[in-house]
Amino acid sequence: MLAHLPILQVIVPLMAAPACLILRRPQLVWLFTLLASALAFIISILLLQQVMQTGTISYELGGWSPPWGIEYRIDKLNAFIALIISGVSTVVLLAAQTSIEKEIPQDKHTLFYILYLLSLTGMLGIVTTGDAFNVFVFLEISSLSAYSLIALGRDRRALWASFQYLIMGTIGATFILIGIGLMYQMTGTLNMADLATRLPEVAETRTVTTAYVFFIVGVCLKLALFPLHLWLPNAYAHAPSIVTAFFAATSTKVAAYLLIRFTFSIFGVSFSFTTLPMETLFLGLGLLGIFVASTVAIYQDNIKHVFAYSSVAQIGYMIVGFSMSTNAGLSAMLLHVFNHALMKGALFLALGAVLYRVGSTQLRDFQGLGRQMPLTMAAIVVAGLSLIGVPLTVGFVSKWYLVVAAIEKGWWPVAGLVLLASLLAVVYVWRIVETAYFKAPVVGKELVQEAPMTFLIPVWILVSANVYFGIDTRISVDIATAAAQSLFGVVP
Amino acid sequence: MNLSLATLLQLCILLPIFATLGIVALRRHQNLREAVSIGTSVLVFYAVVSIYLGLQGGATIDVNWLQILPGLSLSFSVEPLGMIFSLIASFLWFVTIVYAIGYMRGHNEDHQTRFYCCFAIAIGSVMGVAFADNLFTLFIFYEILTLSTYPLVTHAGTEAAKKGGRVYLGILLTTSIGFFLFAILGTWVIAGTLDFTQGGVFPAGANTAVLGFILVLFIFGIGKAAIMPFHRWLPAAMVAPTPVSALLHAVAVVKAGVFTVMKVCVLIFGIDLLSVLPTTQSLLYLAGATVLLASVIAMRQDNLKARLAYSTVGQLGYITIGALLASSMGVVGGSMHIAMHAFGKITLFFCAGAILVAAHKSKVSQLDGLGRRMPITMTAFFIASLGIIGIPPAGGTWSKWYLLMGTMDTQQWIILVILLISSLLNIAYLLPISMRAFLFKDPTSNAAVGIKEAPLPCLIAIGITTVGCIALFIYPQPLYELASSILQTSSIAHGQ
Repeated sequence: MLAHLPILQVIVPLMAAPACLILRRPQLVWLFTLLASALAFIISILLLQQVMQTGTISYELGGWSPPWGIEYRIDKLNAFIALIISGVSTVVLLAAQTSIEKEIPQDKHTLFYILYLLSLTGMLGIVTTGDAFNVFVFLEISSLSAYSLIALGRDRRALWASFQYLIMGTIGATFILIGIGLMYQMTGTLNMADLATRLPEVAETRTVTTAYVFFIVGVCLKLALFPLHLWLPNAYAHAPSIVTAFFAATSTKVAAYLLIRFTFSIFGVSFSFTTLPMETLFLGLGLLGIFVASTVAIYQDNIKHVFAYSSVAQIGYMIVGFSMSTNAGLSAMLLHVFNHALMKGALFLALGAVLYRVGSTQLRDFQGLGRQMPLTMAAIVVAGLSLIGVPLTVGFVSKWYLVVAAIEKGWWPVAGLVLLASLLAVVYVWRIVETAYFKAPVVGKELVQEAPMTFLIPVWILVSANVYFGIDTRISVDIATAAAQSLFGVVP
Repeated sequence: MNLSLATLLQLCILLPIFATLGIVALRRHQNLREAVSIGTSVLVFYAVVSIYLGLQGGATIDVNWLQILPGLSLSFSVEPLGMIFSLIASFLWFVTIVYAIGYMRGHNEDHQTRFYCCFAIAIGSVMGVAFADNLFTLFIFYEILTLSTYPLVTHAGTEAAKKGGRVYLGILLTTSIGFFLFAILGTWVIAGTLDFTQGGVFPAGANTAVLGFILVLFIFGIGKAAIMPFHRWLPAAMVAPTPVSALLHAVAVVKAGVFTVMKVCVLIFGIDLLSVLPTTQSLLYLAGATVLLASVIAMRQDNLKARLAYSTVGQLGYITIGALLASSMGVVGGSMHIAMHAFGKITLFFCAGAILVAAHKSKVSQLDGLGRRMPITMTAFFIASLGIIGIPPAGGTWSKWYLLMGTMDTQQWIILVILLISSLLNIAYLLPISMRAFLFKDPTSNAAVGIKEAPLPCLIAIGITTVGCIALFIYPQPLYELASSILQTSSIAHGQ
């Protein structure tokens, strides 16, 4: 059983998805989905433990040995990412039944859970597989289910947002496929470990460079790296709240994982950062993304838009860490992947609660909510402080590592810019705080109650995680630095 | 009680924070709720005094809570400067609570439970700042202090309060995250430690240009020290209820700022290194300019609290100068001024609040003839004014004396002249207030009005701090001893 964990990680949600059709009753389907996701979470915890103790696990699918058969390869990096995905998925699902009650027609509930499980399968598959083509297959599974999930949103704007994402996402996926195809053409293999040993022989060719560029551009589209982020704000704003909370915390993280995996373990640092000018490019785009997206976030009136743009900015931070191509920089990036999942999961889920009670997430509808929904608003404030990077929250830990990494590399101005940028977050978070706490509710508007417990519990689980991992950083920091070290270990 | 000093130290930080639970639980019973506040403040002061006495006996304290990041832990210890700061803050907290009870009830303020809660958290974090053993711990409590005082500044909930709160939070967070944290990170990368160490932490031979840059970041980043151009938050914070202005924005918050500046100068850079950095001199002039400009602006303020706020900006500049002079006299003078200014300014604010509660006046130009209606308040105001100006019989005399000695020691003649001019300006903006009250006639009513003072708790508080001002003039010895041991013995803190 334990030996088969790598494949179970993917198979459990995959098989659970069609099984939902048999159950049919929404309440049962919800419990079943929750169970499947929780199982995936437990598997990822076990995998991570195993990897931390004994090192990389290689699993041969169907007994065919790599590089001919498909290999699932779990190391510290992807075990960590899988843990984030399945963990957030499980916590978010706790609120799902209550939330979709008001956002999705009853007859589509089963469909919703099936799509959700498929999307989860896709993401976990991308992360666990050791085969480049498999990555593409799972990417399509997760993307197609994502388009449909977003289209389930409350009004017709969701369709438009979904269509936008479909176009951009398909272009991205195509680019990724072209990249993988070119790699296959040059090396004759699709196994990642095999690719890593064979690519250096042909690294001087233009085809390999083209392959890398196609692949990276495709991934950056999925990652929503500025300026390829245009699909993200609308998709996040108009999707059902649960979907937004789930995707904001996980889907871009998967793309970040691909970026790291292909750059560091397959093409290698010397290729990406010495032969190609990736350092300047990523640093520039990262910083630009941080400043532009944060500034845009300040001027949004829909709070979902605010945090969607803020997500684009946070991706900028990750990319800045990535562009350093040092151990410290990569650790900072991985930490922020983890921490950002906690912040955004909490924020979007809390917004789901607001939507559930108030029926809107426009800024003006937050007036007086500080009194009417004290626990939900307190959660938004704490998660917002974490986003800003106030000490004793995870946001601070991320910032600390990122800035130390920048200074160690001698990039003093970058360090300063990163810190200054967090002040933009103060502005957009504080707009919400002022509206919720200082403005009286609009006269004549019905007063609302605190969100139901099914919302409050998952929201506060995530908020407490924001504080807990901001104080006791042993787990997150240890894993992130170990993962970063292992990546630099395998790279020549 | 036979608690170890380490336990007492932790109690100083934790008691106020746990007191919030009691305050919330008793929100329906005003008297009990206030009793919790007073009881806690007495206990905290008792704990601080016990620590002080214990240290006199040569004991040492080291408390480690938990390690947040590798090599960076929340840990606490006691050294003389922190001792001065914590003694003042805890004592004045007690006095302010007494005053606040009179003021908040006399003024019929809303949300009193929230008020006392945030107040308690603020004091707990001040204790954390005072006892922090490294910059990291200090920074964390510094930020908690900012956040916990924000609801106090916006207490009234009006448009003006919201605007004030925005400036307050905006400037304090901008400077602390943008510059202060940057400087801490720079220090961490260069020195590899953030522990406060006698003589500084930077390795010999570190690039002085970079260190000079870090010093600039520190001085601007510690926005609570209100060095221009980052002083605007302090006048903005004056929309808060008077007890907040009195304790937090004349004592706790601003002193946390200059205290941090002092700590950074003495225990992170060390005065030997500080004196050779290329930026020290310009920062010294900047602090001097702050002193002069703030005094000039103060003269032009008609709103009493705004005038006092700008006066605070100026007086904080004195302490920063004391730290940057990089001489033992400067450090002694600056540290003593932390205490002297605290007692003086809190009295002035108490009086301003009393005037507001009893006579409903907030402008200097309205105070004509008030001395006859509020003799106790206005007398206290006069004595405290003398303390700020630095003339006997108030304690400010000594601290300013040592600061002047410091400028002579280091031959900073320009700074010496600035300090002298500033003292004249202090006279020009403070004494006219007392003169109006006692010598002018109230133009609005010719009929003799009876004495109408503020509520009794307010008067008691004013009395205590006024006596404090005078006592510090007569018995400055314990304070001087503490201040002069800052540079000599870090050993009492670390038990080497």
